[in-house]
Amino acid sequence: MNMLMAALPLSYFSEFPQKFYDSFIEKSRYKNIVIGLGNTLLITFFAVLIGIVLGTLIALIKVSHQNNPKKLRILNAIASVYLAVIRGTPVVVQLLIMWFVVLQSANVDKVVAAILAFGINSGAYVAEVIRSGIQSVDKGQIEAGRSLGLNQRATMVKIVFPQALKNVLPAIGNEFIALLKETSVAGYIAIQDLTKGGDIIRSITYDPYTSLLTVAAIYLLIVLGLTTLLGKLERRLHQSDNR
Amino acid sequence: MITVKNLKKNFHTMDGEISVLKGINQTIEKGEKVVVIGPSGSGKSTFLRCLNLLEQPTDGEIWFEGTQINKPDCDINKLRQKMGMVFQHFNLFPHLTVLNNITLAPVTLKLKTQQEAEQQAMRLLERIGLADKAQAYPAQLSGGQKQRIAIVRALAMNPDVMLFDEPTSALDPEMVGEVLQVMKELAEDGMTMVVVTHEMGFAREVATRVLFMDQGQILEEAAPDEFFGNPKNARLQDFLSKVL
Repeated sequence: MNMLMAALPLSYFSEFPQKFYDSFIEKSRYKNIVIGLGNTLLITFFAVLIGIVLGTLIALIKVSHQNNPKKLRILNAIASVYLAVIRGTPVVVQLLIMWFVVLQSANVDKVVAAILAFGINSGAYVAEVIRSGIQSVDKGQIEAGRSLGLNQRATMVKIVFPQALKNVLPAIGNEFIALLKETSVAGYIAIQDLTKGGDIIRSITYDPYTSLLTVAAIYLLIVLGLTTLLGKLERRLHQSDNR
Repeated sequence: MITVKNLKKNFHTMDGEISVLKGINQTIEKGEKVVVIGPSGSGKSTFLRCLNLLEQPTDGEIWFEGTQINKPDCDINKLRQKMGMVFQHFNLFPHLTVLNNITLAPVTLKLKTQQEAEQQAMRLLERIGLADKAQAYPAQLSGGQKQRIAIVRALAMNPDVMLFDEPTSALDPEMVGEVLQVMKELAEDGMTMVVVTHEMGFAREVATRVLFMDQGQILEEAAPDEFFGNPKNARLQDFLSKVL
């Protein structure tokens, strides 16, 4: 706090109405923030979807291979490489590669490239979270399901997944919150996301305080909202633990 | 009903191969109540788990109702519907209510509609005096209640044989009685049962035949009077002298 105050001249407060006007009202500059927020939410939402689908698939491949090493050998090898590469390289580099290398000649929007890059990135982390969730379910649960005559798939869907989901929900929520914040590097391929929108205003007004602190506050509000939502969902899923 | 021929089971461990079952031959007829006793590590649980292929036998044959079940072309899921199993640690599904625990398998396998399955579940729950727990979750029940519900869950599939893997070993002493009572009633109704247990009283009272296993082999089998009154095998005599 002291650091911030030292960097923030006292005069800022008396000039705040003017600064606010310059940053957001003058020439409708608030639109930079609105457009940016829209892009950030768009990228996060679809990247989360890709992350869930991809992560679940990879987790299933890894778990089935682990249970029976003869099965899915090639897919498991691909999954392992995917996990190693994605988790071993920075997301900014992945984003740049997606836009300048992979989609170089493809005629797609930058936002699509960002969705793909962040989705594929998120998938790797989600995969490990879901895998640990599936493995955290007691083996006896699978045996009980199979002994009743349910096949492998029905046992997974009806018995293992619901319990795994409950166990991993906090970690998954964390991953999505991290993903939302990670999209702030989308400006690297000149997408105007929330961060970039604020930065554009800063570069016009030369007033870093109003624009950047506003951007930070918006991120914070979204994250707090998500945290509350996840907490509610978690409590509902833990209904069966009440004694 | 169940025929086991030269059943062998090896486990791979860090220390190499361990031979847990060394050639078991058994025939269990319809209506029999077979109780398997023996010291820890004798292979009795493994033997039981091989009967519905929760463990894949290394060698030998297992026949159930005229079909060899340990062949690749056998649909084990179909046969398991006819073999109920009760576990030491109950293995109720914690995310489902008691009622849904019981109806899950019959409904998922499309043997019954949800409504039919619920009616049957309520009948079964009334029989064991737990109808008021239908909407409770497993975490809200005592061990004895959980195990009785696990038995009912298996019964909801209308099995031809029930396998019990140390059903009372994880229970408080107070609760053993209520579970054994349900098992006794089941036996009186003519259910074919294979029970691995340490409850000698139950073996004496309910069994039609008692098997003694040690080190992967069946060392003695007899009707309970003969088995407990006049044991022939030296290892069994030793075992009984310690547990009775």
